[in-house]
Amino acid sequence: MLAAQLSVDALAARIPDGAKVAVPPDYSYCAMAAVRALIRRGARDLHLVGVPTFGFQGDMLIGAGCVGTVETSAVTLGEHGLAPRFTKAIKDGAIRMMDATCPAVHAALQASEKGIPFIPLRGLIGSDILANRKDWKVGNNPFAEGDDPIVFLPALKPDVALFHAPMADRFGNVWVGVRRELMLMAHASADAYVTVEKIVDTNLMDDPKTKAGTIPGLYVSAVAEAEKGAWPLGIPYGYAADQDHLARYAEDARTDEGFQAWLDRFVFAPPAQAAE
Amino acid sequence: MSEDFRPEEVLIGAIATALDGLRHVAVGASSPIPGAAALLARSRSNGSLRVSILGSEENNFFTDGGKELFDVAGQGRIDAFFLSGAQIDGQANVNLVAVGDYRKPKARFPGSFGSGYLYFAVPRVILFRLEHTPRTLVEKVDFISAPGFSDDNVFRPGGPYKLITDRCLFHVDKQRRCFRLESVHPGHTVEEIHEQTGFSFDLPDGAVPTTPIPNAADLATIRGPVAEEIAEIYPAFAARVFGVGKAA
Repeated sequence: MLAAQLSVDALAARIPDGAKVAVPPDYSYCAMAAVRALIRRGARDLHLVGVPTFGFQGDMLIGAGCVGTVETSAVTLGEHGLAPRFTKAIKDGAIRMMDATCPAVHAALQASEKGIPFIPLRGLIGSDILANRKDWKVGNNPFAEGDDPIVFLPALKPDVALFHAPMADRFGNVWVGVRRELMLMAHASADAYVTVEKIVDTNLMDDPKTKAGTIPGLYVSAVAEAEKGAWPLGIPYGYAADQDHLARYAEDARTDEGFQAWLDRFVFAPPAQAAE
Repeated sequence: MSEDFRPEEVLIGAIATALDGLRHVAVGASSPIPGAAALLARSRSNGSLRVSILGSEENNFFTDGGKELFDVAGQGRIDAFFLSGAQIDGQANVNLVAVGDYRKPKARFPGSFGSGYLYFAVPRVILFRLEHTPRTLVEKVDFISAPGFSDDNVFRPGGPYKLITDRCLFHVDKQRRCFRLESVHPGHTVEEIHEQTGFSFDLPDGAVPTTPIPNAADLATIRGPVAEEIAEIYPAFAARVFGVGKAA
């Protein structure tokens, strides 16, 4: 069966308001062109899940008012410092925050991947992360002879996994190579929406070298071609991040006016200009 | 060597000493000095120490996605890791989340990352904080991303081992559940440590040693191959401290 091939805007339009959307961190493959499309369509009340953290894409979506809940182990702009729109939203009480720790996000997605209701995880006991997560429970290791408290995490099933990738084929198979957290996201979510640098004419399943790093089309609901779709971030072994633009964003987004001007120029302006 | 050293090199040397003899050290994001220390320790190990640096392409051996570091730690395959904190308190609790009320914070930081797990799993967690003031080293943290110590019934092979700052090195006393001043870096004093630390700590028997300056061979390693290699991930740091390559 062929996966739907859409424009980036049509792909973003498939993500409804209120959806639980899993996104990767900046060092993975981020669907930045689709994030801008989500902002343009005025998405609202998204529940953004960082797998296990997120950076620029989340800060932009929060700043644009698209996000109601943030569930993540961190929000960071890396060497560009604190995420200014996220920080402001937290201080204003404008978003609901669900702090996590990295392996808890991975483990809860793995529970969804396996179709099981919960998964245990070591650590966390005595932390304020756990104290503030009423959806997590402490139980006892049922195989222990005596007292062995352990945290139980409910399965985390996002409505949507949203990410970018170097390539897909016409069958909806998506090559992510070594970035296997994207595979976990696709397995665990109801729908994976993926932007790619290019759609190739071959079948990625035909060559074992590409097959090993390929998400089967089984999990992929729609693909959109977006060359340089991770800009201003880069893609590992592809193109480098646009550090000048990232620094500019981190500076502009410190104020409401600066962020709005950045949105007007780089998100709402015609794509030809935005892609400069 | 006389006065011809950089403060960063003293920290790198002291951390490397805490890593000698280990099999596998992992270094998280935004950690140039721990990263350099791990590379120095690897150089001194004649190849027996493996170093995994997140964010690196040349020193990252994971092929199973973001979860693999944590799986590997959970199996006991990582001997040492580094954590920092917006606040660290006298019971070695680490706060990476917020100052003030969690729901209405005065300051909000990125978040706990993997600390809520790795602090329990990795035997030698080295706490690293370059700003050593009463604002950062506090009596009690406002939010516990990861607790320094746990009740006896909690499964916990890991925990704090050292705390190193820009002023001194503390050892962690696991029995007494507190820090003990181990050495003061060159140019700093015990009085200054007392003034600038918000929690109480133990003193060693006798005089407090000065943190050693790396010997000539280690300094040559730090300034040569370590500086070159760390520049892959931290070009700005390598340029500023060692004059390697160009600033990012």
